[in-house]
Amino acid sequence: MKKQVTLKINNVTVTVDEGTKVLDAARAAGFDIPTLCYLKDVCNDGSCRVCVVEIKGMRNLAASCSTVVRDGMEVFTNTPKVRNSRKTTIELILSNHEKKCLSCVRNGNCELSKLSQEYNCDPVAYEGVTNKYELDDNNPYLVRDNNKCILCRRCVAVCNKIQGVGVIGPNGRGFNTHIGSAFERSLDKVPCVACGQCINVCPVGALTERDNTHEVLDAIANPDKYVIIGTAPSVRVAVGEEFGYPIGTDVEGKMVSAIKALGADKVFDVDMAADMTIMEEGYELLSRLKNPNAKLPMITSCSPGWIRYIEYYYPELIDHLSTCKSPQQMFGAIMKTYYAEKFDIDPAKMVVVAVMPCTAKKFERTRDSQSASGYPDIDIVLTTRELAKLLKAQGINLAAMPESEFDNPIGEGSSAGLLFGATGGVMEAALRTVYEVVTGKEPEKLEFKAVRGTKGIKTAVIDMNGTKVKVAVAHTLQNAKVIMEQIKAGTADYQFVEIMTCPGGCVNGGGQPIHSAKTLNTTDIKTLRAKAIYKSDKKAALRKCHENPIVKTLYKEYFGEPNSHKAHEVLHTKYTKRTKFE
Amino acid sequence: MKTLEQLQQIRDRMKVCLCNRAMAGEYDMGADPEIKKHILVCGGTGCTSGNSVKIAEEIKAALGEHGLEKEVKLIMTGCFGLCAKGPIVVVYPDGSFYTHVKPEDAREIVESHIKGGVPVERLLHSEKDASGVAKAINETSFYKSQKRVVLRNCGLIDPENIDEYLARDGYLAYEKVLKEMSPEEVIEVIKKSGLRGRGGGGFPTGTKWEFAHNSVSKVKYVVCNADEGDPGAFMDRSVLEGDPHTVIEAMMIAGYAIGAEQGYIYVRAEYPIAVHRLEVAIGQAREYGILGKNAMGLGHNFDIELRLGAGAFVCGEETALLQSTEGKRGEPRQRPPFPAVKGLFGQPTLINNVETYGNITQIILKGAEWFASMGTEKSKGTKVFALGGKIINTGLVEIPMGTTLRTIIEEIGGGVPGGKKFKAAQTGGPSGGCIPASLIDTKIDYDNLIAIGSMMGSGGLIVMDEDNCMVDIAKFFLEFTVDESCGKCTPCRIGNKRLYEMLDKVTKGTAEMEDLEKMEQLCYYIKENSLCGLGQTAPNPVLSTLRYFRDEYVAHVRDKKCPAGVCKALVSYKINPDKCIGCTLCKRNCPVNAISGELKQTHSIDPAKCIKCGACIARCPKGAIEK
Repeated sequence: MKKQVTLKINNVTVTVDEGTKVLDAARAAGFDIPTLCYLKDVCNDGSCRVCVVEIKGMRNLAASCSTVVRDGMEVFTNTPKVRNSRKTTIELILSNHEKKCLSCVRNGNCELSKLSQEYNCDPVAYEGVTNKYELDDNNPYLVRDNNKCILCRRCVAVCNKIQGVGVIGPNGRGFNTHIGSAFERSLDKVPCVACGQCINVCPVGALTERDNTHEVLDAIANPDKYVIIGTAPSVRVAVGEEFGYPIGTDVEGKMVSAIKALGADKVFDVDMAADMTIMEEGYELLSRLKNPNAKLPMITSCSPGWIRYIEYYYPELIDHLSTCKSPQQMFGAIMKTYYAEKFDIDPAKMVVVAVMPCTAKKFERTRDSQSASGYPDIDIVLTTRELAKLLKAQGINLAAMPESEFDNPIGEGSSAGLLFGATGGVMEAALRTVYEVVTGKEPEKLEFKAVRGTKGIKTAVIDMNGTKVKVAVAHTLQNAKVIMEQIKAGTADYQFVEIMTCPGGCVNGGGQPIHSAKTLNTTDIKTLRAKAIYKSDKKAALRKCHENPIVKTLYKEYFGEPNSHKAHEVLHTKYTKRTKFE
Repeated sequence: MKTLEQLQQIRDRMKVCLCNRAMAGEYDMGADPEIKKHILVCGGTGCTSGNSVKIAEEIKAALGEHGLEKEVKLIMTGCFGLCAKGPIVVVYPDGSFYTHVKPEDAREIVESHIKGGVPVERLLHSEKDASGVAKAINETSFYKSQKRVVLRNCGLIDPENIDEYLARDGYLAYEKVLKEMSPEEVIEVIKKSGLRGRGGGGFPTGTKWEFAHNSVSKVKYVVCNADEGDPGAFMDRSVLEGDPHTVIEAMMIAGYAIGAEQGYIYVRAEYPIAVHRLEVAIGQAREYGILGKNAMGLGHNFDIELRLGAGAFVCGEETALLQSTEGKRGEPRQRPPFPAVKGLFGQPTLINNVETYGNITQIILKGAEWFASMGTEKSKGTKVFALGGKIINTGLVEIPMGTTLRTIIEEIGGGVPGGKKFKAAQTGGPSGGCIPASLIDTKIDYDNLIAIGSMMGSGGLIVMDEDNCMVDIAKFFLEFTVDESCGKCTPCRIGNKRLYEMLDKVTKGTAEMEDLEKMEQLCYYIKENSLCGLGQTAPNPVLSTLRYFRDEYVAHVRDKKCPAGVCKALVSYKINPDKCIGCTLCKRNCPVNAISGELKQTHSIDPAKCIKCGACIARCPKGAIEK
């Protein structure tokens, strides 16, 4: 047990572990302190000064987020001096913040705005020059608007500490400080992996995904276009949050109805493509295991941020990647080949929209070798947030929608495909199938618990009739880096590795609904959303990819067998080495 | 590698040579059989800018021509301190003090003084004794009231020759510590001496050493903060330029005391001479086996690396300095943990500034009691000040703590030039405050300065006279901190900017009386809420001028007048018809043709055209142009 420290917060005695920050001690005593730059386990720089408190004996106010408790400390969290200081801090931030609040995408979900209201701030209390910055919008996935940036540096912390990518940081100094990349390059000119985690932690509207909602509306309004909308596994367990559902609610049925109400021609489930991914990837693994010259471990290729990462940072290890396209791209490719042929639709007139928990998917659709039909596999990618925005703008209240099912004939996905949303999910789905292929029987337990959970790197050994398959699962690129270094050092004793870019996997992707730091600091969002996935898996009838009747049909009618020539043409891709600073 | 005996031999040999330099008078004067005279040319940054390197070259050439190389020793020293009179050349043993020397004077000095025995009268320092003879350097009022401990070797030895440092008891303190004292005893001596950090904060040095000593870790570091940044302060630069070994030796002692084997000196790249001399000194110390493994054969490993800073003021803040040393963006972080617990590369680190280190060897050699006998009750020893602004003897002075401002300004500094009235002095640079003329008898020490709303800082002392507008002064210092803020925390990044904008309104006459109150509140907010010392002290110049010169602010705001006539927006130029003789000089010199008038008739200025440059005032022979 840790040493205990006893202190007083607003005259309330509280005992906490040694090393606890005043902010957390105050919360334990029942006093919430507002924060702006602080983000649990991510950002702890004490730079914004919103969380200041008075501590007896100290000359100045202290930032409670980064001040450690001491025995006998007396803290006051709400004195007039403290409140006035916080108010001034917020007003100073407002004095250099572009207050285009009326049309801001974060209107209603802005931490600065909420604090301003709480502290009754005058937005023009301090007037003076303001900084003017050009937008960084040269890439297909993200827009940075430094005019709205309040320099909390949460984005910098997540990019550096969580992802280990570190392409952004403070540039300039003093009043001219702004977040940017080395040599003021735009994001498309630096090795940004497009994960979008920076957007998820931004308290204001300085970081947003590139908005493609109008393109979807245009396509639906165009009678010449055949619009197909597919949703990724993680979208259904998160989009409800935008409509008042608790975090971790699976609203699949209502979501399907809502999207149908938009007027798309078909609404399909990308889980089906996840099932196809498992077939292709599983058989690719089996063939690599048989081939003594094959590169092992084989690493999953579903997460486009991760693909960008290996292409930039470990290009020498590209051969370890599975050649399978991601489920999104397989989905689009199947639509524009098999589906188009079967139903005699001109792929040129098809608009395939993928709704994803991810910003990197917006980049992925623009990659080379992602046009199986001769047309781009995917035409538009929307994030979960954009879907919610689109529905709201169209007056579609998801909460009031009836439950309905995805359209046929491509609608059904197995719950193993659904697992893709959580870290370890691809591995678990693959193991369910590979085990059966190798051993000819169903595993004793379908749940492979060793690969579940949010531990940074999980490993397991699966005994398949005497054949031992060693696997590893990593999420966040910081952890991916560990595996990459193991491979380089020759110490990676695995045959199969799953890597997901975002912390917790796709459920916590860069395109998912944004929650305030207050929620993030007290709630484990990624675990709650993953729970919803595992719950739905448990009660599903179809729990293995290879048993999905649509998968069987696809192979029977079109691809022949997994890893066939046709499958390679449509469902596989290739990778390129990227230069970090071109 | 030299043995302790060999080092002592060098000391003994060089002492004989050095004793001819009068300032080294603590040694017995002994005849140097070969060298009859020493010519010291100042090689500090100021004199070097005045071409002193060329002067030395010319002297060398002239000595060669006259065959005097053997009996005259020519060296480049560090800074003498009296920068206003540079370039400086001193000839020993007589101590002839030549000022404002030019390269073309070199030959005359050699021929007349060295060869002919007749000093060059026109170049000698103007101060004369009762019989009308120019005073020797040690006798001048500038040097006489000083007590040079940290600067003891500056302007005396050749900083690029380790032997000369050895002759000044160099590395004897380290030897003593290693042979006779435990680390705890070393710390006890430093604590007893009462030495406080000279970088600004004034934290007790011995206590700091003790903290670092008590932190348990295999790896610890000793860091020297040589990122001197206060505008006008250059004492650390001068110590590094004039006596680099004293810092190296002190760091070695500190390393022994806290249990560290590696030191870093973080020095500004804008100090090229200091960097060069440090490199030379470190190289020589390594060559002699003084730095490195088993230093001086005494069993302690210690080495030093240099880290060059790019000149950001904030990197003088210790946590920012450590970040920068690690190669990261120089930004402060929250303390605690203090560097003594978690510093460089996450290891316990002792960080002191140059001047603090400059005292260490003397405390070890002469004892804590000797050091504590100088100064005031809570501020012991001496302090180096960089005198600047409206003062005759601009330069570096070292005085015992407790000396009054009056002594510094009037005696050592020679007073305010042009017979103008002393108005205020700013200590502590942009973090300090203004001390008004009414407090000129304040005894300068850490606590007295804080009590009157200023601070010691690193020792910049800028003198202002009646022509200075105090609002303008506050604005000048605040502009500096606004520029130098790292931009991390809100109060400093935006608060100081807004404060500056308010001051700007005052100087432009567009502020309201209520703005003064708002400014004051914002000052206190910034002080109480900023993350590091830079922000916490940035409003001090505003607060102290508001405290002592509020009437000037009120004049700007309410009467739309700048009493000192500095703030252009509030000044209008007029020609007094009673004084104007119609000479047309002003008209001809006005760069914007704002002045009209015929010869021998009263002139007038068109305020719409006038840019208030002051050219007319400078030219008018009758003082007819008034602000």
